[in-house]
Amino acid sequence: MTRNVALFVTCLVDIMRPRIGFAAIRALEAAGCEVVVPQGQTCCGQPALNSGDRDHAVALAKQTIAALEPYEAIVVPSGSCAGTIRCHYPELFEQDATWLPRAQAVAAKTFEVMAYLDEVCGWKPDGVRLPATATYHDSCSGLRELGIKAQPRRLLNAIDGLSMSPLSGAETCCGFGGTFCVKYPAISNAIVGEKAAAIDATGANLLLAGDLGCLMNMAGKLHRDGSKVRAFHAIELIAGMGDGPAIGEEA
Amino acid sequence: MSDFTTPSFLNRADAALADPILKIAVERTAGTAEAKRAIAIDAFPDFEAARTRAAAIKDHVIAHLGPYLEQFEASAIAAGAQVHWAQTADEACQIVMNICKAAGAKSVARSKSMLGEEIGLPHALEEAGIGRVETDLAEHIIQLADERPSHIIWPAMHKTREQVSALFKAKHRTPHEEETIAAMAQSARRELRAKMLGADVGISGANFLIADTGAVCTVTNEGNAELSLVPPRVHIVTAGIEKIVPSMPHAIPMLRMLARSATGAALTQYTTFYTGPRRSGDRDGPEEMHIVLVDNGRTKMREEGLADMLRCIRCGACMNHCVVFRQIGGHAYGGTYPGPMGAVLTPALDGLASNRDLAHACTLNGKCQEVCPVKIPLPTLLKGWREKSWREGLEPTSMRAGLGLWAWVATRPALYRLGTGLAIRAIRLLGRKGWIASLPLAGGWTRYRDLPKPAAQSFMTQYQREQRK
Repeated sequence: MTRNVALFVTCLVDIMRPRIGFAAIRALEAAGCEVVVPQGQTCCGQPALNSGDRDHAVALAKQTIAALEPYEAIVVPSGSCAGTIRCHYPELFEQDATWLPRAQAVAAKTFEVMAYLDEVCGWKPDGVRLPATATYHDSCSGLRELGIKAQPRRLLNAIDGLSMSPLSGAETCCGFGGTFCVKYPAISNAIVGEKAAAIDATGANLLLAGDLGCLMNMAGKLHRDGSKVRAFHAIELIAGMGDGPAIGEEA
Repeated sequence: MSDFTTPSFLNRADAALADPILKIAVERTAGTAEAKRAIAIDAFPDFEAARTRAAAIKDHVIAHLGPYLEQFEASAIAAGAQVHWAQTADEACQIVMNICKAAGAKSVARSKSMLGEEIGLPHALEEAGIGRVETDLAEHIIQLADERPSHIIWPAMHKTREQVSALFKAKHRTPHEEETIAAMAQSARRELRAKMLGADVGISGANFLIADTGAVCTVTNEGNAELSLVPPRVHIVTAGIEKIVPSMPHAIPMLRMLARSATGAALTQYTTFYTGPRRSGDRDGPEEMHIVLVDNGRTKMREEGLADMLRCIRCGACMNHCVVFRQIGGHAYGGTYPGPMGAVLTPALDGLASNRDLAHACTLNGKCQEVCPVKIPLPTLLKGWREKSWREGLEPTSMRAGLGLWAWVATRPALYRLGTGLAIRAIRLLGRKGWIASLPLAGGWTRYRDLPKPAAQSFMTQYQREQRK
């Protein structure tokens, strides 16, 4: 049975690191899915939602719902954007009898990509080889809103040659927090400084996570500090694209 | 977005970040509490069910606050206590001062109470010329240093033992000579014991008020609440109206959650229930017992979307596990209550306009909600304040304009593709070898970290090109 899925790329992946989107497509196709990229999508509205700007959050949520609702399932390479659609869209339309059922319907069929591959498709990488040591950071929204913890690790464990080195404080926030990191840069820096030190202490040569925002924060700090640790979205490795350029490396 | 933060918050946060001793002090206490709590929760059979039950008990009481308060009042009066009602902080202080005056009090023994801090009791006593001896060691430290508590269960957590030692040596009449914790405690004991025993009035808070018996429950690790209620002639309890539980069988499961969430201990050293003043035949206890029930905005919070917050049992787990609190400590928050729970409460108590930073200085990582023993959705409540601040026009112009422009473009997908394409090209010009070290308008990012250069073409551009092939 072919699963027809829509990829919600997310604005950050669209602009900053498209290969995460292509990795998601490659892994989903390997898992037997037919992937389409709906053209009406832009941003899920999370920045507005988290800034208290309800009207703009509602406008972007409506646009996203309309773009995604025709599809059987929606897959997102970000725990926080998937969490926004799954958990917060229905809250946004609590008082709106027209949009609430539409928001709920989209929410119910929206999945973070690694959770979808693992739990819905029951798939794992086959024949992917990458000799490296990696450590994994659990991004907060994926972890606490969607329960993403074991799924990426199960998928990564199927990569031949990849060994995982546990990160001390893997469930502790990296200090990104969306606009938090530019509103309160000094506090954010203190938090990510500790995270970077913990990452370095694992001895791993790769840092993996499931959210590009957190990855850019951690990778940017590691690079500024002169660390040699290279950062990837976990789906890049899972899709067999871990031999390409890491975040901040030119292709 | 340099105008995003208010200078007062920014200054306090910067001062905290620049203080390496503060970081050591906060990590010693909160780090230990985090580790001990984790062990205690692991050993607890079905902690999740216990959280659900604790939240349900509080929700029930908050929804039926009026009848339970009346029941508590009747029970307390029947036990011989006098019950007073205060709408505001000032009213509460006035009631306490009147009781002190009627008792001819020259000095009071006060047992650490966050409600006391909230209503400004230490200040009110000072204005009334009434001496105050703190029975909690950390509050004594705070009093000596002329500071405010920085944590709701460890008021002096921002101080290291080395700093406390220096403070005692400067302020105690016969300070310790040996640099041990025991010797320092003895120094405080020498300083305080006689004053405690000679106080005319004792003032304490309450952890729980038991509606069907009129009992007041306090938990401490130093016996300090007992020192404020046994020796003095008059005992005053000041308590927020949300402290009610229906009965003892409801108080016990709450106590099990409180101690474990706070320190990781199964119980506090002292857990005391006291009902009314000394009865004939009692060996000790006060001649008069007064209970001041304080609203101070709680009814309004219940009506205005903050009912969930009234479940709070003041354990401090949210702040112990907060990445922001762990970096800036409690004083930076500027209110009576710090950390995530304080960031929700302070705008309600002290006004949103001057405290909107508290709602924003949070990464919304959800850890506080995860560890809360009564399941308060703290991130949701903080986002509620952000929304109110936006609605009331309190958010800075740069933020409103920036988000407005972003949303305007993002709701027009074709224009959005064009705009992101141009932005990518512009931003890429600033990069060297894949990284951008300085980016205008995002100085907050590049001051401390590098920004990876965006890809040459957006995902959508590349994808559409491939589709056409």
